[in-house]
Amino acid sequence: MAQIRVEALDKSFGTFHAVKAASFTVEDGQFLCLLGPSGCGKTTTLRMIAGLELPTAGTIWLGGEDVTMNRASARDIAFVFQLFALYPHMNVRRNIGFPLKCEGVGAAERDRRVVEAARILRISHLLGRSVSGLAGGDRQRVALGRAIVRKPKCFLMDEPLGALDTEMREAMIHELRALHDRLGATTVYVTHDQLEAMAMADIIAVMNNGVVEQVASPRDVYDRPASLFVADFIGSPPMNFLPFFGSLQTGAQAVWLGEREVAIPAAREALAESDLVLGVRPEHVRFSDRGMVRGEVYGSEYLGTTQIVTVTTHYGALKARSPSSIYFRTGESVGLDFRPDTLSVFDKASGRAIRTALYEGGAHG
Amino acid sequence: MSASNAAHSIIEPSTGARRFAGLLVILYAIITMVPLAWIVLTSFKSPDDAISYPPKVVFKPSLEGYCNVFTTRSRQTQEFIQTLGSPQGLCDNIARSRNMVVAGPSNYVPRFINSLIIAFGSTALAVALGTLSAYGFSRFRVPLKDDLLFFILSTRMMPPIAVAIPIYLMYRTVGLSDTRVGMILLYTSVNVSLAVWLLKGFIDEIPREYEEAAMIDGYTRFQAFVKVVLPQATTGIAATAIFCLIFAWNEYAFAVLLTSGNAQTAPPFIPIIIGEGGQDWPAVAAGTTIFLVPIVVFTVLLRKHLLRGITFGAVRK
Repeated sequence: MAQIRVEALDKSFGTFHAVKAASFTVEDGQFLCLLGPSGCGKTTTLRMIAGLELPTAGTIWLGGEDVTMNRASARDIAFVFQLFALYPHMNVRRNIGFPLKCEGVGAAERDRRVVEAARILRISHLLGRSVSGLAGGDRQRVALGRAIVRKPKCFLMDEPLGALDTEMREAMIHELRALHDRLGATTVYVTHDQLEAMAMADIIAVMNNGVVEQVASPRDVYDRPASLFVADFIGSPPMNFLPFFGSLQTGAQAVWLGEREVAIPAAREALAESDLVLGVRPEHVRFSDRGMVRGEVYGSEYLGTTQIVTVTTHYGALKARSPSSIYFRTGESVGLDFRPDTLSVFDKASGRAIRTALYEGGAHG
Repeated sequence: MSASNAAHSIIEPSTGARRFAGLLVILYAIITMVPLAWIVLTSFKSPDDAISYPPKVVFKPSLEGYCNVFTTRSRQTQEFIQTLGSPQGLCDNIARSRNMVVAGPSNYVPRFINSLIIAFGSTALAVALGTLSAYGFSRFRVPLKDDLLFFILSTRMMPPIAVAIPIYLMYRTVGLSDTRVGMILLYTSVNVSLAVWLLKGFIDEIPREYEEAAMIDGYTRFQAFVKVVLPQATTGIAATAIFCLIFAWNEYAFAVLLTSGNAQTAPPFIPIIIGEGGQDWPAVAAGTTIFLVPIVVFTVLLRKHLLRGITFGAVRK
C-alpha cells in the first residue's frame, strides 16, 4: 500500500482542456472519492493515475516514486472498471488468476491466492462458473477479486457501482467500504453520486470543468463548501443562494441583505463592495414569525420524517427542511430565519467562498 | 380501420405468413441446389449417360469420371492390350474396356494442391494483416484515419481484373509470374481491404476496457491483444476468413492469366480437361465435385461463427 500524490496534473485532448492543474494527496490507506458531474475530468484524472492516459503536464507520485510516464503495467495498481471488464472467454477462477499468471506466480500458489480472494468476497461457490451467466453484483465481486488478488499498491475504481441496480448498489457500498477497512488499501474511487461518496470516502475531491474545487472530508465538503459549485452540487436539495450587493470588513459578523441584517460567522477577510451570495442549507432555514425574510409557501415535498418546503421570497425560491409533522398551506405567508453559525458567503464573480470563522479557506480543508 | 375479430400479435408472424415464408425458402433452396446436384450426379455417370437426352436421373453409377480426372490414358490396339498382364486396379480396368491403358497420373492433384496452398496461404495472410491493421485503426489515433480507410476500401471498388494487364507485366518483370508466392500476394492484396473493414467492425465492438484491464494487470499491449482481444474476435476472424477463402479458392481470371505449368490452380485446370480427348463431362464434373469439398468442409466447420458474423453488431450482449 502506498500514498498517492498528484501535483498540478493537466490533460488536454486537442483543444479540449479536460483536467486543469489538479492536485491532491491520498494518504496510505485512505479512501478518496473523485466526485463531480459527468465530463468534469474525474475519470481522466483516474486514468492518468492508472497510466491509461499520459498527462500533458504535472507529476504523479506513487509511494514516493515518480510514475508520471510509467506504463500502466509497471505501476503495480489495480483498476476496477464500470463495466467490470471480465474476460468473457475465461471462467471466474481464470479471471481472478489472470493478473497472477502475468507475474509468473506458480499454479499452486496462484490457486491458493485465488481461493483466498474468493473467500474474502464470498464468491467461492462461483469459481468454476463462466462469467457470462453471473448477476451484476457477482460480476462486480469477480472484478474486485481480480483487483485484490495481486495485493497492489492501490486500488483505482471507475464508477464500479454505476451498472448495478439501486438495491445492489446500497449493499455493495457497505461491502466495498468494509473491504477497504479490512485490506487498508489506498483507494481512489470515481463517482458522480454524492451519496456513494459521502457514505464511503475518507476524503472527497470535488471536480468541475477539469478543476479540483475542494478536497476535504465529507463533513467539511457539506458544511464548509469552498465554492458555489460545491455548495450547489453537494446536498439534495442543494444549498439556497441569496444574492446581494455589499462589502465586508475583517471580523464582521453580519451582512446586509438589502435593508435586512443577517448574522454570519465572523469574516476572516475584507472585501470591497461587490456582488456576493449568501449560502444556507435547507436544514438551516427556520420558520419564525419574526423572521427577517418573508415569503409565501409555494409547495412542499413529503420525504417521510422531513419535508422540503419551497417558499417564494424576494430573493427567489428558498427551500427549507422541516419536520413533516408541521402542516403548511400553499400560499401561506411565513417568516424565515437562518442559523448564523452555518452560513457561507461566496464571491459571485469567482464563485469562491469568503473565509469566515466557519470556512478557514483553501480548497484543501 | 378494418374490423378484424382475430387477435393478432405485432411480433409473431401469422401461421399463413410463416408457411408462405417457409415455402419461399424451400423453393430457393431447391433452385440453388439443382446445379450442385447436377454436377455431383454427372460426376458418377458414364460419358454416354452424361450426354443423353432427356437427362437421366436414375443411372448406373460409374467411377469413370473420377478415374479420368486423376489419370492420363492412351488409346491402344486390342492386340497390344492383350499382351499386357491383368489390369492394374479399378481405373485401368475401366480404361481397358474403352481400348485404353492408364499412362500415368494427371495434373489434377498438383493443381489441387496449388489451390490449397494459394487459397489458404492468402487467406491466412490477409486475415493476419487485416486483424493487426483493424486493431490499429480501431484503437489508436492514426493520422488521416478516415482517408486511409477509404483508400483501403477504394482498392475494392474496381473489379480486380481491370488491372490484370499491368499486373501481368509487373509479375513478369519481377519474376512472380506463375509462382505460388506471387498468387498468394495477389489474392492477399485483393482480400486485405475486405478483411480490414470487416474486422474493424468486430474489434470496434470489443470494449477497450478489456485490454486496459490486462495492461494494468501487467501485460504488454501485444500480450493483451493476443490473450484478450483475439479470443473475443474469433467470430469476426472466422467470418472474414471464409469470405477471403471463397474469393481466393474460386478466383479464375488471374489464375488463367498468371499461372500455367508451375503454380496453376484447379479452376483454370478443370476446363482444360474438356480439350483432352473429347468432351469428357463426367471427368469435368468429378474435378468440380472434388474442388467443392474443401470450401464446404471449411464453411461447415465455421458455420456457427459465420452466422453470427453476418449479423454482427446487430445484437449486443
